[in-house]
Amino acid sequence: MAELEQRGDRTPAPAKWEYASAPESREIVNLQERYGLFVGGEFIEPRSGEYYRTLDPSSEEPLAEIPQAGAEDVALAVRTARDAFEDGWSAAAPAERAKYLYRIARILQERSREFAVLESLNGGKPIRESRDVDLPLAAAHFFYYAGWADKLEYAFPHRRPKSLGVAGQIIPWNFPLLMLAWKIAPALAAGNTVVLKPAETTPLSALLFCDVLRQAELPPGVVNIITGDGATGAALVKSDVDKIAFTGSTEVGKAIQRELAGTGKKLTLELGGKAANIIFDDCALDQAVEGIVNGIYFNQGHVCCAGSRLLVQESIYEPLIEKLKRRLTTLRVGDPLDKNTDVGAINSRQQLEKIEELVAAGKEEGAEIYQPPCRLPEKGYWFIPTVFTNVAQSYRIAQEEIFGPVLSVLTFRTPDEAIEKANNTPYGLSAGVWTEKGSRILWMAQRLEAGVIWANTYNRFDPASPFGGYKESGFGREGGRHGLEPYLDFDGAEAFGG
Amino acid sequence: MAQAPALPTGFELPLEPRLPRIGSVDQVAVEARATDLSRRSIKREAKLFALDLAVRMMDLTTLEGADTPGKVAALASKAMRPDPSDASIPSVAAVCVYPNLVQTARERVGDSGVKVASVATAFPSGQSPTDLKVAEARRVVELGADEVDMVIDRGAFLAGRYAKVYDEIVQVKEAIGETHLKVILEVGELGTFDNVRRASLLAIAAGADFIKTSTGKLSSSATLPVTLVMLEAIRDVFEETGRRVGMKPAGGIRNAKQAVQTLVLVHETLGLDWLTPDLFRFGASSLLNDVLMQIRKEKTGKYQSPDYFTID
Repeated sequence: MAELEQRGDRTPAPAKWEYASAPESREIVNLQERYGLFVGGEFIEPRSGEYYRTLDPSSEEPLAEIPQAGAEDVALAVRTARDAFEDGWSAAAPAERAKYLYRIARILQERSREFAVLESLNGGKPIRESRDVDLPLAAAHFFYYAGWADKLEYAFPHRRPKSLGVAGQIIPWNFPLLMLAWKIAPALAAGNTVVLKPAETTPLSALLFCDVLRQAELPPGVVNIITGDGATGAALVKSDVDKIAFTGSTEVGKAIQRELAGTGKKLTLELGGKAANIIFDDCALDQAVEGIVNGIYFNQGHVCCAGSRLLVQESIYEPLIEKLKRRLTTLRVGDPLDKNTDVGAINSRQQLEKIEELVAAGKEEGAEIYQPPCRLPEKGYWFIPTVFTNVAQSYRIAQEEIFGPVLSVLTFRTPDEAIEKANNTPYGLSAGVWTEKGSRILWMAQRLEAGVIWANTYNRFDPASPFGGYKESGFGREGGRHGLEPYLDFDGAEAFGG
Repeated sequence: MAQAPALPTGFELPLEPRLPRIGSVDQVAVEARATDLSRRSIKREAKLFALDLAVRMMDLTTLEGADTPGKVAALASKAMRPDPSDASIPSVAAVCVYPNLVQTARERVGDSGVKVASVATAFPSGQSPTDLKVAEARRVVELGADEVDMVIDRGAFLAGRYAKVYDEIVQVKEAIGETHLKVILEVGELGTFDNVRRASLLAIAAGADFIKTSTGKLSSSATLPVTLVMLEAIRDVFEETGRRVGMKPAGGIRNAKQAVQTLVLVHETLGLDWLTPDLFRFGASSLLNDVLMQIRKEKTGKYQSPDYFTID
């Protein structure tokens, strides 16, 4: 510094460089005022006669009216799916099924900008993420399972796989289209028909997807999409389906499991998480900071496998937290459709209230809160990216899933202690390990009770890689060859792993 | 070591054992981060701001065997007034030439404020005896260079002889005194991001005012990830010691878009403080005209023929 001053002719640094707003255009999306239920290849009015409004969470502006399907609507959709299964889909040549899946995948790629904008509009997530993550992954999932459709005999040698019938699928609001892809692609590849219920707050991409199904000329009734709240989901669980696949909260997952006990219906649950993201002192620090940010602020922390519990080796604690805080000041929170936005809007008022309640609890319990300086929009649902330090394992913010942009930081001293703390939770969905030592990655992975373990990265997904939980994070796997199994029956041989 | 700067914590050890303690870089993650940042959408006034800055930060460079006084004089004129038809375009930071052309450049830029930078120390390979390299550095200052761009001895670095690399930088720094020293790592020959980080910290510890990516003589040079790795090294030194070291990506930055992406990287890694020619430079031979063309396009809404921009 002294040397520079001696040179005398310093050029002062600028006081600011504000990026001009760079919104992705909404024009590409054509919203209808009111939607129907997609049953038998047509949009029909709900017999319940009820509708609700779906919003843009970043402005609270209503976007469209959505049918609230009642028990009668659900029964009709399931019957339609059953008919489609029996009238041809179950007997269709496997290569035919593959053909439709490939078509869907290609159409999703072709219409990806439209879907990305709609996903951000209805869900609040940054366009950067819906464009670069949700859409490419959704298309990739259809491509991947298209490849399996005519190779099931090879996927499960000597086990004679057979489709189940009608799959009832209930998906969450955090990755509406991607979760739809995770559910529908393996179900169709395995020769089932589907009744899918998107989340109450984010139905629009699923409804636009119906248009893709028509474009792909998928036979009517093979995929039916019904909208509504939890009551609709409950009706679907009770209906005449052969399988329920649910992704959502552990609380609802438990209720579904109780409901299905003794019915013989198959069930897979992908539930909550409170993942440990474990930072060892020999890791590549700056990249670990990026991984932490990606782990908890990606999609506003609305991620079941979010790295919400940061376990930091004490010897590196201070520099790491300094780097993390500094990095938070560069996060750009705001308009989800702005291409420079890193963190978008919270999905709903209800979710915002839940986050606020848990953050208040964290403060009260004595954790130290850090939030970067940040101006939030006046309308809509927003929460500043938050870090809690000085968190004890016993605090609610270290135990409960917050499902928001809130990180709880704890420390550990040795690998054994890291394992002990990481596993000390009812959940077991995912974990992250950051170290330059390959042997330690393997040692940790053998001991962590989590379905997915990332090493030196976080929140990476690939359709070929199975995803699912341990303990109260659920059971069954989605993705990969494993993801086919919950949608198949096996003649004359024991199915492995339930 | 007359002006040995403060070192990051842990540097009390002898040189070899301390190098592994300088941390590591994860290649996959650093490339992902650079890609993310390259997708920032910089438009309108924000873009114009960046382009104006890019001009002021430019080391307009010619380093060819065929360089002549005529060529360098033309380049120096362009450096002082990049766009004669637009008075609002600032002059560039410096012209960067071979030692034999320092005097020509010096005479032409006069007291315009444009600096003269000269490469030295057996540029581009650095494969000469240390005393010759030090003498060359001293000589270019005598010839009128304001800034010296030296190369590190990559042969010594890759052989693990870090102390030789370090000592050479220290000796050059001593020889040129207050003259501004940029240390070229030639990242394309270092092979890994870990090596780039080590070499960055080594050069900074030895007294570099700036660290610079490349000579421009290799095809692999100032990529965004490598620039990010060096910026992060600079940030670590600043946070531990308060010392501000400059950065100069050079080679491979040929258009305005790359320049803006690089500035976004600087902005989001080191903050506004580094957005000045005192702490950031672009080393480039063909970047300037594209930046000028983009500035005029932002101002007028139209692209103009490249023929309106002088080729020097």
